Amino acid sequence: MKRAGGLATAALTAAALTVLLTGCEGVQSALDPAGHQAGRIAGLWWLFLGVLTVIYLLVLAGLLIAAIRPRRRGRLHQGPAFAKEPPIERRLTRGLTAWAVGTGVIILTLTGLSYAVDRDVLGLTGRAELEIEVTAKQWWWQVKYNDPVPSRSFETANEIRLPVGVPVRVVLKSQDVIHSFWVPNLHGKTDLIPGRVNETTLTADREGRFRGQCAEFCGFQHANMALDVLAMPRDRFDAWRAAQLSSAPAPGDALQEQGRQVFLSSACVMCHTIHGTSAASRVGPDLTHVAGRLSLAAGTLPYNKGNLAGWIADPQRIKPGTRMPVTGLSPDQLQGVVAYLDSLK
Amino acid sequence: MSARSEKPVIRRDGPALGEAETHRRLSLSWATPPGLWGWLSSVDHKQVGRRYIVTAFVFFLLAGLLALAMRMQLSGPERTLLSPDRYNQIFTMHGTTMMFLFAVPVMEAFAIFLVPLMVGTRAIAFPRLNAFSYWVYLAGGVMLWVAFILNAGPDVGWFAYVPLSGPQFSPGKRVDFWAQMITFTEVAALAVSVEIIVTVFKQRAPGMSLNRIPLFVWGQLVTSFMVVFAMPAVMVSSSMLIMDRLIGTHFFNPAEGGDALLWQHLFWFFGHPEVYIIFLPATGFVSSILPTFARRPIFGYTALVLALFATGFLGFGLWVHHMFATGLPHLGNSFYTAASMTIAIPSGIQIFCWIATLWDGRPRFATPLLFVIGFIVVFVLGGLSGIMLASVPLDSQAHDTYFVVAHFHYVLIGGAVFPLFGAVYYWFPKFTGRMLSERAGAWNFWLFFIGFNLTFFPMHILGLIGMPRRVYSYPAGMGWDGPNLLASAGAVILAAGVATFLGNV
Repeated sequence: MKRAGGLATAALTAAALTVLLTGCEGVQSALDPAGHQAGRIAGLWWLFLGVLTVIYLLVLAGLLIAAIRPRRRGRLHQGPAFAKEPPIERRLTRGLTAWAVGTGVIILTLTGLSYAVDRDVLGLTGRAELEIEVTAKQWWWQVKYNDPVPSRSFETANEIRLPVGVPVRVVLKSQDVIHSFWVPNLHGKTDLIPGRVNETTLTADREGRFRGQCAEFCGFQHANMALDVLAMPRDRFDAWRAAQLSSAPAPGDALQEQGRQVFLSSACVMCHTIHGTSAASRVGPDLTHVAGRLSLAAGTLPYNKGNLAGWIADPQRIKPGTRMPVTGLSPDQLQGVVAYLDSLK
Repeated sequence: MSARSEKPVIRRDGPALGEAETHRRLSLSWATPPGLWGWLSSVDHKQVGRRYIVTAFVFFLLAGLLALAMRMQLSGPERTLLSPDRYNQIFTMHGTTMMFLFAVPVMEAFAIFLVPLMVGTRAIAFPRLNAFSYWVYLAGGVMLWVAFILNAGPDVGWFAYVPLSGPQFSPGKRVDFWAQMITFTEVAALAVSVEIIVTVFKQRAPGMSLNRIPLFVWGQLVTSFMVVFAMPAVMVSSSMLIMDRLIGTHFFNPAEGGDALLWQHLFWFFGHPEVYIIFLPATGFVSSILPTFARRPIFGYTALVLALFATGFLGFGLWVHHMFATGLPHLGNSFYTAASMTIAIPSGIQIFCWIATLWDGRPRFATPLLFVIGFIVVFVLGGLSGIMLASVPLDSQAHDTYFVVAHFHYVLIGGAVFPLFGAVYYWFPKFTGRMLSERAGAWNFWLFFIGFNLTFFPMHILGLIGMPRRVYSYPAGMGWDGPNLLASAGAVILAAGVATFLGNV
């Protein structure tokens, strides 16, 4: 019976490994590293996996042999274990000692390696050239690019762009409950805790689009609190940054102008900011360049005009519980607002 | 009889009674009174123990049904079987029920029934306190479940982190029910621990020195000491939470000088020992079952006892590994890495001793032994993934993902539920006077074992490829669909295993 158990386990392991090898690539995978930190951690992971798999197989082999090895016929053991020790007890005791010492050596080694990687991952913090301040809110991410010159600071939402090869310091804050900032392709997670300031460092090794997600349960819509991360070459990043510093473009046609009027005279303005207009509330995401973003509602929908219209028309159906209320715009007003927002590249 | 005619013997504590009178008086003290009132007011440790076991299994089944509901919701991307609110209540109730209303109480229940018998005493120490503990536990559990059925179940996770569980972000009564239930069940756990400690230290039969008590009793003794030191932390924190919520204190409110992390420290100072509070009694089951079916005395009695002590002590030095992502000082975190890994040494010693017992024995593969072998296969894997989670960098990726869900189900189901099923098969005749079917037992084991691995092994991979815990839904195209579907299918087989168990009982 034990043999069947072993076979079942082996089959499971094989199936699992197949899934593992085909499945580790992805936009939100710790096993598909695209940054220095995630790379070191993934290396440590494969090492741990190798060492511990060998130990597991040893234990399974021992168990299997113990269960099925042939036995001599004869009298069963007599007497309690703490009576006079037969020779087999001595042999087993020696085995136990060796096993305990071996365990000790292995875990000491693994602890040392883990510590070395931890120091290495931390070592880049002092060399950061760029600072991004992320503030988590139920259930979206406010992202500020800080600069010593205040006029060169700007704000966006649910999206981080960073230049490849540059260590970026990410300052992490929360305004309400505890959240956790996690972009697995770039680095492990760090919590955002009200009343505290944490930080982490990201260094992208290659271009790409990645996905991060809140990893600490933060209430009703914890599941839909994601963010996009774009690693891009330095020159493209600088161009993007310069564009983000500008105010919102003026409406290009009558429909957009009508939409702007509706936006500024309806409930929208109670929560949102659009630089270059009188909308300057800081409850919801800054919409100055909303049309340039990759997704809507913290990674809930990909950005396009249709999804934008659907989101504004009924946010509670798309993301139940979101802080964005139903605004009750008429179809004409909605069309105008969507046209206007979609022009804010 | 002739008792009357004998010359009265004067003892230190008064004249000896005749045999008949002694019997009458003892019957009066020890018998359970007749009728409904007698049933309700029984203080017999065997009766209370059985009651505890049945109640805990009812909670196990309820929480298992919740798990099935979650697996159905997550079997595919963007399913809408459960609303976000219902899902959040369900995962909170699943964790809370399994940890507070099933795992710890069921282990205590076995202690209540077996420890007095094993140390050779008539009853557990403080039998009335024992009965009281059962009723308090039942009240806490019923209160929580009634609240849940009335759609007022807690929805902030079994860990109830502040400020999410605080007055500002969780208005209403949901969290109040949760916190009050914690206080009830922890009072019950503390009471039972005190009874076990006193029973073991003061009521052993003559000649039964501590180095001769069964390993099961050792396991329960160490566990009871752990409860005495760990449970007050969570009772204090849940009471502070109730005060923050109901009378306006600010223990956890950063705006008024409180600290959100204080909750996590207090909760995990209880929460990590909790795992060993569940696991150590289960090692007692294993050490009882193995010698019987390997037909050889246990190998390494002393080593196993020392391993229990080591685990009991080290278990209190690990709690920060639940908090590696919170931004605590890194050098401090490294200490907790080392301490967490150290626990592999006593665990490794235990596994070695059990395999050695089997090695040198002449095993008969009855159902309890199957569950013990399943325990080793599953638990060791969970222990090894625990070593990964002890490492700060690896934990920074795996923390709060499905990898952790896989890990702790391997250690808790593997480390506690497998031995528990074995123990039920093993002691069922003692509890009820009836043997369970071996045929159904084998079915139970294989369905449970295969279903378990199918459900939880894919979760390791899910976590590594980015799926966080506690999400009611996930988008398509993340590579998560296949493993999730597999896990949900496995859950059905697992449930069939549990159903076989029910049928057998």
